[in-house]
Amino acid sequence: MDLDETSTPVDQQTIKMLESKSILQRKTLLKVIYTAKAGHTGGSLSCVDILNVLYNHVMNISPENFSNVNRDHYIHSKGHSVEALYAVLADKGFFPYEALDSVEKYGSDFIGHPTRSVPGIEQNTGALGHGLSLAVGMALAAKKDGRNDRIFTIMGDGELTEGSIWEASASAAHYHLDNLVAIIDRNTLQISERTENVMAMEPLVKKFTAFGYAVREVNGNSIPDLINLFAGLPFEKGKPSLVIAHTTKGKGVSFIEDKVQWHHHVPTDAEYATALLELDAAEKALGD
Amino acid sequence: MSANHLPIGQTNLDVFSKTLMELAEQDRDILVVTSDSRGSGRLTSFGEKFPDQIVEIGIAEQNLVGVSAGLASAGKKVFAVSPACFLTARGLEQIKNDIAYSDHPVKVVGISAGVSYGSLGTTHHSLHDFAVLQAINNIDIIAPADNFETVQAIRASVNHPRPIYIRFGKKAMPNLHSPETRFEIGKAIQLTPQSDHYDVALIANGETVAPAYLAAQTLMESGLTCCVLSMHSIRPFDEDAARHAAMNSKVVITVEEHSVNGGLGSRVASFLMQSRIFRPLKIVGIPDEHTVNGSQGEIFKHYGISQQGLVQTALHLLEKETAS
Repeated sequence: MDLDETSTPVDQQTIKMLESKSILQRKTLLKVIYTAKAGHTGGSLSCVDILNVLYNHVMNISPENFSNVNRDHYIHSKGHSVEALYAVLADKGFFPYEALDSVEKYGSDFIGHPTRSVPGIEQNTGALGHGLSLAVGMALAAKKDGRNDRIFTIMGDGELTEGSIWEASASAAHYHLDNLVAIIDRNTLQISERTENVMAMEPLVKKFTAFGYAVREVNGNSIPDLINLFAGLPFEKGKPSLVIAHTTKGKGVSFIEDKVQWHHHVPTDAEYATALLELDAAEKALGD
Repeated sequence: MSANHLPIGQTNLDVFSKTLMELAEQDRDILVVTSDSRGSGRLTSFGEKFPDQIVEIGIAEQNLVGVSAGLASAGKKVFAVSPACFLTARGLEQIKNDIAYSDHPVKVVGISAGVSYGSLGTTHHSLHDFAVLQAINNIDIIAPADNFETVQAIRASVNHPRPIYIRFGKKAMPNLHSPETRFEIGKAIQLTPQSDHYDVALIANGETVAPAYLAAQTLMESGLTCCVLSMHSIRPFDEDAARHAAMNSKVVITVEEHSVNGGLGSRVASFLMQSRIFRPLKIVGIPDEHTVNGSQGEIFKHYGISQQGLVQTALHLLEKETAS
């Protein structure tokens, strides 16, 4: 990890704890998808490290304080990657792991997108391009009430073609919402193919900067890099923060990584077994 | 429409903004969110008096609704105010997901609704809003008839536990009610004397209640008996009032400033058929065609949403009923 001289080094124990959690969460989300026989494998694996660092190191949020308004808030704008959120919330103790056996089952609250019926989930999402407007409203309310809450949201990079993202961006900057942190899971793939081939949206840094954000780029699958980045929030006083998190779709399982077909492919028995072996090996390597 | 026999009040729009000023003074959690609609929503004074209680979003209805939902989720009492035509079409997915599905009790206020914009044309008409919102669960739908109903609906909406849509126009409306009238969301108001025998039931909402009421006056002068209901709430729908009106009438006419498909008339017809109350029924509204050009009054007259037009419709229905 690269640290500049002014930043405080995070202790190795914290990094190791979070890296271990990421592996556990990957196993959980794969189990959810394997059991439900449905889900968004690639996008969940790409964003899970960001969620892990947010929930376990950055945000003031827990099952104990969830009913308070005066805490940090999270909106899963790329709602299809709900399995990553389920894994992180289960680990955080919002509900027992057994609850995840019911994902996508008849009558279950655990559907294929985030809903507020599930403990720990703040907003219903699933249709793309909605999370950022909700975040703007929540950030505005916090400012109006003089609270220090911060509102975090993760959007997909394929989601950026939704016009509402840009409407919301204008208002985030207009109202100087430096309590808003928008994160792009930049894994460069969407359901059809490379995002840039579907619709060219680069240069994202220039576009979001021009819209009034303080923009930072980060390796979104590196725990220490994410820790260091979020330590600097807000990036600029008076401006909303925007993170372009460069990630690998399917990160953590070699044969799933950067493959378009794994957008919502469900692992077969053999694939699931191999994936678990890889994650076991990664866990062992971490312990060495 | 002719409103010779009724005292003319203000526009429902003006009454709305005045009521909001009174409420905002007492409750600092009330916020108005607008899409460059401060002028068209008569909210300029509101913004000047309560600068901290108005949020300008610009001409961006999707964001208007999403931001409103976010504010409401944090405990604010939010009036999302925008022309009904844009709000319930451009912002529909946000109304469906971020308000109704998410249980965020935003007050969605569609101004200059129906054909209020007259000859500005179809882009500015909202003849679809009842239909699309009726197909979305968990949002109440209100179309107040006059100043009284508008004031009452706005007041009742502030602490209403569910999402709610309120739509009205911008033409000065005749006063139909006395101040002591009881208003409740989901309860129709009968404008004619109670009876167990009517020749004609006229069930209307919004700015069409006045011509329905005037038509009933004409019919009653000629010896017929009428039941006129202001069915200001499409949801919750007042089944008891609709049942009473239809069961005790020979014919039923519904009137609305909306497409004849999917609005008040469809709701009434569906209820009556499924309740085995079979009456000759005419749904008066804007038919399934490119809307004729004209002012709101001219469009109303063209499609029979007028005192004279509704009298003719009633007589025609009764004639056919007698002949059969």
